[in-house]
Amino acid sequence: MREIVIISGKGGTGKTSVTGAFAALAARRGDTVTCDLDVDAPDLHLLLAPRPEREEDFISGHEARIAPALCVGCGVCTQACRFGAIREEGAVFAVDALRCEGCKVCVALCPAGAVEFPPRHCGRRAVSATRFGPMVHAQLFPGQENSGRLVSLLKTEARALAKERGLGLILCDGAPGIGCPVISSLSGVDLAVAVTEPTPSGRHDLERVAELCAHFRVPLAVLVNKADLHPGAAAELVALCRDQGHAPLGELPYDPAFVQAMVQSKVVTELPPSPTSEILAQAWEHVLRLAGRPARRAPLQPFNAQGA
Amino acid sequence: MIVTIASGKGGTGKTTISASLAAVWRAPLVAVDLDVEEPNLHLFLNPEQQGSEDAALEIPVVDTARCTRCGACAALCQFKAIALMGETLLTFPEMCHGCGGCMAVCPEGAVGTGQRVLGEVAWGRARGARFLMGRLRVGEAMSPPLMRRVKARLGAMLAQEPADAVVDAPPGVSCPAVSAVMDSDFVVLVTEPTPFGLHDLRLAVEAFAPLGAPMGVVVNRAGVGDLAVQEFCRARALPVLAEIPFDRAVAEGYARGKVVADLGPGQRAVFTALRDAIRSRCNRTEAAHA
Ligand code: SF4
Ligand code: SF4
Repeated sequence: MREIVIISGKGGTGKTSVTGAFAALAARRGDTVTCDLDVDAPDLHLLLAPRPEREEDFISGHEARIAPALCVGCGVCTQACRFGAIREEGAVFAVDALRCEGCKVCVALCPAGAVEFPPRHCGRRAVSATRFGPMVHAQLFPGQENSGRLVSLLKTEARALAKERGLGLILCDGAPGIGCPVISSLSGVDLAVAVTEPTPSGRHDLERVAELCAHFRVPLAVLVNKADLHPGAAAELVALCRDQGHAPLGELPYDPAFVQAMVQSKVVTELPPSPTSEILAQAWEHVLRLAGRPARRAPLQPFNAQGA
Repeated sequence: MIVTIASGKGGTGKTTISASLAAVWRAPLVAVDLDVEEPNLHLFLNPEQQGSEDAALEIPVVDTARCTRCGACAALCQFKAIALMGETLLTFPEMCHGCGGCMAVCPEGAVGTGQRVLGEVAWGRARGARFLMGRLRVGEAMSPPLMRRVKARLGAMLAQEPADAVVDAPPGVSCPAVSAVMDSDFVVLVTEPTPFGLHDLRLAVEAFAPLGAPMGVVVNRAGVGDLAVQEFCRARALPVLAEIPFDRAVAEGYARGKVVADLGPGQRAVFTALRDAIRSRCNRTEAAHA
């Protein structure tokens, strides 16, 4: 089983549109599970129109709640809370759910036993059918964290689904950025594809995401989107990739067809053939070759064992 | 007055708009980059750095001589950052949220505090304004504590010399974005007129509305998609403060690291109008509070 994740360093580079196009190209082989790991702002469903077959709540961690009837107003919890989540409300205290990290310190220290600690309902996840095959996706409720854990759950789900249905490829729309969710997106993948653009922030973020891939020993290939907006910078990005041993996959033009497709809930390769769809098809072939190579990397350390 | 520029999602032009607003603001200003995972504002404003400091989190260091392996600390920790494995007590600093619980509950006083550097806070001057940013260490997953550090310094800077602040928030609607928007006097939501833009805007409104600050919308790349975003704003009574038409020259200027407000008088006028729209709305809410 091969696993490919599309990442971007920064948002807005066209990562999801590219993932959608790759999902359509992958569907020709009919052996792919698509997975949206961009759980903070999942958009792939807008292109793939998934029909949920199995839905589940995502519960993660706990949240503190003070029972006003039990609170004696001593203020121990406010002093102990390092997140400033507990405020005085009249004679008693109350937890600001938006600031609470669920660390349980107030629960442990409250002399009156007034702090309850129910599980936190953070979002929904689903296994769905799409015109390109099965899809695993989720939606976090706004303001929730723990997206790293949800990403891991979705990956486990995608792997189980691929195994159960005998599918050989998992294609993931990864989380943007270089933080916790993208770190979880990268674990155990065979190839990361960065979609970048020839802007100062595009380059800056590509360098950071490349560092991250190196840190986790995941090989990286790079697709430059909107290359004609600054051909010089695009050429520099390609040169940078060559220097650092990341495979360049090609350069896409700035093409309004991406938005036209999106407005029709389609992916760009479903529109009439164009240079853009041709470049995407070639890039996808290249991706498959790169991902098919025997992995040379050392096995990944589980993230939670780092620093042990 | 603290104006935060947020978006349901990255790549909508949040940083470009923050940079342009900072460029036309005129009143005393601190331009702040709270997108600590991928700070980009400095690439546009080119600040001259005047100082920086490491931001660290307090993590446990266990004195094995005093530890009786009772496991109270491990039982408390909700983040699996401290664990008792047989006779050995292990800590996993990367998982630690710095809540201080293990230190507070250890009956032997065996858990002391060490430090994990999350990243740095840096400050300086750019275009006659003060500049402040945080930068997360690569491989570090915990951005909110670093953001709290940046906000604390902002508070100190504003106390020392009153000014407005224009804050570039992290993208998205999860925990870091919400903590960035918290404590703002006004929130500018940047979106684009596409199905992705609408979907993400909807989530952003849902996420930030409970915080209570007034909000307004900037539609970037107006004209590329459809009009559903504008319809949504009308239905939800969200003011559209500016529409920035899609213009290839702007996209190319951005690619070259230019501040859009510097590209020409027409561009500048869009941002001075946006600045005035924000200011008049803030004054109105300040008057209403008085
Ligand atoms: S609570 Fe204190 S004594 Fe008990 S295992 Fe932890 S460090 Fe050791
Ligand atoms: S400080 Fe909090 S999060 Fe860190 S190890 Fe101790 S209990 Fe766990």
